[in-house]
Amino acid sequence: MTLNPDLPIQFSRTHRLQWEEAQQKNVILYPEGMVELNQSSAEILKRCDGTRTLAQIVSDLEEKFATQGLHNDINAFLEVALQNGWIHQN
Amino acid sequence: MAGYTKTNITPPRWLLAELTYSCPLQCPYCANPIDYAKYGSELSTDDWKRVLTQARKMGAVQLGLSGGEPLTRTDLTEIVKHARELGYYSNLITSGYGLTEEKIVQLKEAGLDHIQVSIQASSQELNDHIAGTTSFEHKQQVAHLVKKHGYPMVLCVVIHRENIHQMADILAMAEALGADYLELANTQYYGWAHANRDLLLPTKEQFEEAEKIAQAFKETVAGKMKIYYVVPDFYEDRPKACMNGWGTTFLTIAPDGVALPCHSARELSNLDCPNVKDFSIEEIWHDSKAFNFFRGYDWMEEPCRSCDEKDKDKGGCRCQAYLLTGDMYATDPVCSKSPKHYVIDEAIASARNAALADNEKPLIFRNSKNSRLLS
Repeated sequence: MTLNPDLPIQFSRTHRLQWEEAQQKNVILYPEGMVELNQSSAEILKRCDGTRTLAQIVSDLEEKFATQGLHNDINAFLEVALQNGWIHQN
Repeated sequence: MAGYTKTNITPPRWLLAELTYSCPLQCPYCANPIDYAKYGSELSTDDWKRVLTQARKMGAVQLGLSGGEPLTRTDLTEIVKHARELGYYSNLITSGYGLTEEKIVQLKEAGLDHIQVSIQASSQELNDHIAGTTSFEHKQQVAHLVKKHGYPMVLCVVIHRENIHQMADILAMAEALGADYLELANTQYYGWAHANRDLLLPTKEQFEEAEKIAQAFKETVAGKMKIYYVVPDFYEDRPKACMNGWGTTFLTIAPDGVALPCHSARELSNLDCPNVKDFSIEEIWHDSKAFNFFRGYDWMEEPCRSCDEKDKDKGGCRCQAYLLTGDMYATDPVCSKSPKHYVIDEAIASARNAALADNEKPLIFRNSKNSRLLS
């Protein structure tokens, strides 16, 4: 299972991405578990809305943070997200 | 306790709401206390809402709705709705008994995130025997309905000597039902399981065989099904870091409102566990004697006190130390460094002898009659 660059990416319907006020961070919630996210991971996952592809997420974030060369980092994180079932493509 | 400072206290993350001790099933390994029948009065809907609100404000985010059988509470949907509004991730931990499609839809609309259904065995005969209730077919239907309505489906099977030989069939059943998660929970010997230990504790050979089958299966379903394996700590060298450390993460509220650092802590003596009817969650978590009792390391005896692994396992489980050695401060006897580790060997030998005996004594089923008899 690897990321297909041509398909849009969707955050899992059976997980929940949520801002936690008490922890001051975003988390992923799933049955009996929680993953704490840093800011960049959360920004990537928020854009997995079922319309954007990898390239679109990259350009989105490069624009937002006025930077270049994020492709490899974002790709690597999304591969991990896919393996963990946080996102899917279909 | 002496030595703890308030700055060390981390907020609760996990709230286990034991909504009721009522249950149509009679599983002989139930984690409820043996004497549950004497705690009659249950919290009201408003009490539960207040508890949820207060714990959420402190940072609790995972909510387990458990029991007994939580479906016996007629206000379950209202509690779920309140939990969703507060931002909890809510887990319904149920036998599935009495769960209709209508209720599944209603709970989904109220914002329930996930349903964990327990099945006692892979065959109808054994399931219904262990549950003490005819429930196997209904549970299978419930598992299908949970999937159908878009919940992540967690199947929980408690493993013990009566069903451990079914491991391969249990795994096949989980796959056939489309479970997203499978919890293989080796019985933990507290409450009713402690009373029935001679009849439930498998042999080491049985464990190793079952674990090998589960491990091989795990690889074949990687990416499709996640397996949570609750280890059989009687056959481990080191104890579990029970509750991730006392009063660090987990908060249990019993049906009558007693707040517990773990769901078995009611078995410990002299803790004076506070009740949510008398105190706020904030007061209970920060200031109560019970929640501070085993925080940090100052309470430890040797060999824990000077052990370089105490950070990792926090001295193990207090309830297990108490049940097996009579001393709640003792090193968890599961640890091979414990001077009382022999009690584990004795328990294993006793269970093995019981398994080999011609006239095995019957299981004590979890029901109010037996609860009153035993307490």
